[in-house]
Amino acid sequence: MRAQATLNNWRPWPALSLVLAILIGAGAAQAVHAALQIEITSGVRDPIPIAVVPFAAAAGAGGGLDVAGVVQHDLEGSGRFKALPRERQPASPTRAEAINAADWKGAGSDYVVVGRVAALENGTMAVDFDLVNTLTGVRLATQRFTGPPGALRNAAHRVSDAVYQKILGVRGAFATRIAYVSVDGAPPAQHYQLIVADADGENPHLILDSRFPIMSPAWSPDGQWLAYVSFESKLSGVYVQLVRTGERRLVSARAGINGAPAWSPDGRKLALTLGGSSGNPDIYVLDLTSQSLTRLTDDPAIDTEAEWAPDGRSLYFTSDRAGSPQIYQVSASGGHPRRITFEGNYNARPRVSADGTELAMVTLDGGNYRIAVQDLATGAVRSLSHGRLDESPSFAPNGATLIYSQREGGRGSLATISVDGLTGLRLKAQQGVICDPAWGPFGT
Amino acid sequence: MAHQQRMYRLATLLVLAATLAVGACGPKAPKPSSAAPTESNPGASSEGANAANAAGGSLGSQEEIGGPQAGLLATRIVYFDFDSAVIKGQGVDVVAAHAKYLSANSQQRVRLEGNTDERGSREYNIGLGDRRAQAVRRALLLQGVSEGQITTVSYGEERPADPGHDEAAWAKNRRVEIVYLTPAGQPMTKP
Repeated sequence: MRAQATLNNWRPWPALSLVLAILIGAGAAQAVHAALQIEITSGVRDPIPIAVVPFAAAAGAGGGLDVAGVVQHDLEGSGRFKALPRERQPASPTRAEAINAADWKGAGSDYVVVGRVAALENGTMAVDFDLVNTLTGVRLATQRFTGPPGALRNAAHRVSDAVYQKILGVRGAFATRIAYVSVDGAPPAQHYQLIVADADGENPHLILDSRFPIMSPAWSPDGQWLAYVSFESKLSGVYVQLVRTGERRLVSARAGINGAPAWSPDGRKLALTLGGSSGNPDIYVLDLTSQSLTRLTDDPAIDTEAEWAPDGRSLYFTSDRAGSPQIYQVSASGGHPRRITFEGNYNARPRVSADGTELAMVTLDGGNYRIAVQDLATGAVRSLSHGRLDESPSFAPNGATLIYSQREGGRGSLATISVDGLTGLRLKAQQGVICDPAWGPFGT
Repeated sequence: MAHQQRMYRLATLLVLAATLAVGACGPKAPKPSSAAPTESNPGASSEGANAANAAGGSLGSQEEIGGPQAGLLATRIVYFDFDSAVIKGQGVDVVAAHAKYLSANSQQRVRLEGNTDERGSREYNIGLGDRRAQAVRRALLLQGVSEGQITTVSYGEERPADPGHDEAAWAKNRRVEIVYLTPAGQPMTKP
């Protein structure tokens, strides 16, 4: 059990490819994916200058991973930091005591991160880091992360999270994962893959491989499971799959639509869209333990894309009951839905920030499908993205950033944008289209 | 911590169920009675209380065959206008030809696959594609085809026929495909 807890902490992927090979056939054996490429598309005007000094690694420790390089990449990718290039670093300290703050201040860095990677006697690794403010000389943070050698990259992201939080006051979301769908090949021979990767697009792992569409991945609140829709039987089915082992279960393959799974905040229920054979998509709630199914909406219109409020007491969903798709809220115990969006004639696919204050959605804005955010208290809407066919917004667990899919020049890629609209990234696959991203929860 | 233990217990259950479920979605899956929710039967299928039931579905084999090719029957695609599920123009004649054939061959089954163009939200587009498949289904039913001959699926924007990103491509993607399946009661044959 203790070993399990450690594994959960660092989320390595033991034997995943083996289980997948059994589960989905020989295709999984050749599951070698290139990581996504990141471009920064926008950043703040005055990013915080920081230096991340290469970490010391004892012989045999670290397996060649450049921990400081990962941290620097994370921080710069956030659009909030600008890193001092290594060749301009005035020294190579690996401990806070060895930092001469004046030298680093002189080199233009307000902060310095130093650290060490060590192999512990029990076979695990330890990553230690110190964060120093060069203007005051004060050490702001010192922290150790431990785990198995295969999870060193995750430890590096945890360093990034801690640095981000110390300096900006908001928990970083670098040590989180994303799920997304990759589509390759020309019609009618498309090839669909469900992939889980680190939030920076690195460390991609194949979850499911199919000749038929896969869509709508949704993370369980504990980050252990993914629910998704697969058409591998040629009809729709909703599955839940244990990410670490690949074990999965088909939870709904009823007549008509089985779609848009969303986990309740306690992880015990799935909201689903079920259409039935005569075609009336409504929102249902499936209790995963008892299998009991409760109908939540009953309207001849399309009701779909359910999203639980963080307190679990209500759900948001898309409905065209008023003629065009708009977002509604309904109590988790049913009843009459309340309309939430009023601006424009296309607002769909609601996602709520973890603190429950903001609603992200796809909105039609002057002929372009864009990502917008509505303040749930005031109703004020602001458009965030700038594409033509942007869709599938998903909040980072810290609520500071959204990931979504976009299509430019025929290529489908993922993009992130901060909720203040100031910083953005694009994550591109080396081939094919990637879409339908879902940002996972914080690790425990 | 209590929550975590509950999740482990749930995990154990799911692992056990997974064996059943994965087995049940293979081609030899049994056909449990319909668990589909319908307007007249809200909240149906709470009796479908195990994974194998949920997995099996009620829709039988989806094995495709070539089907009839004479005249309009060779046309298997019905196209739609933007934001519309109204069967128009040649589509009316195509649906009528298939209705005539299917009502005369009551063992013959089809799958109606609804599709949309790529614009807008993915799951909402599943709803729009379903609306198109249902329009064709209703037209077939009105012209004498029986319910048991038809299954529907919506792929939304997920299976474009044309990978382009302009109006010409979108017009080809807003469609319902009529796919002939192995007739009821016949053994499946590999194409």
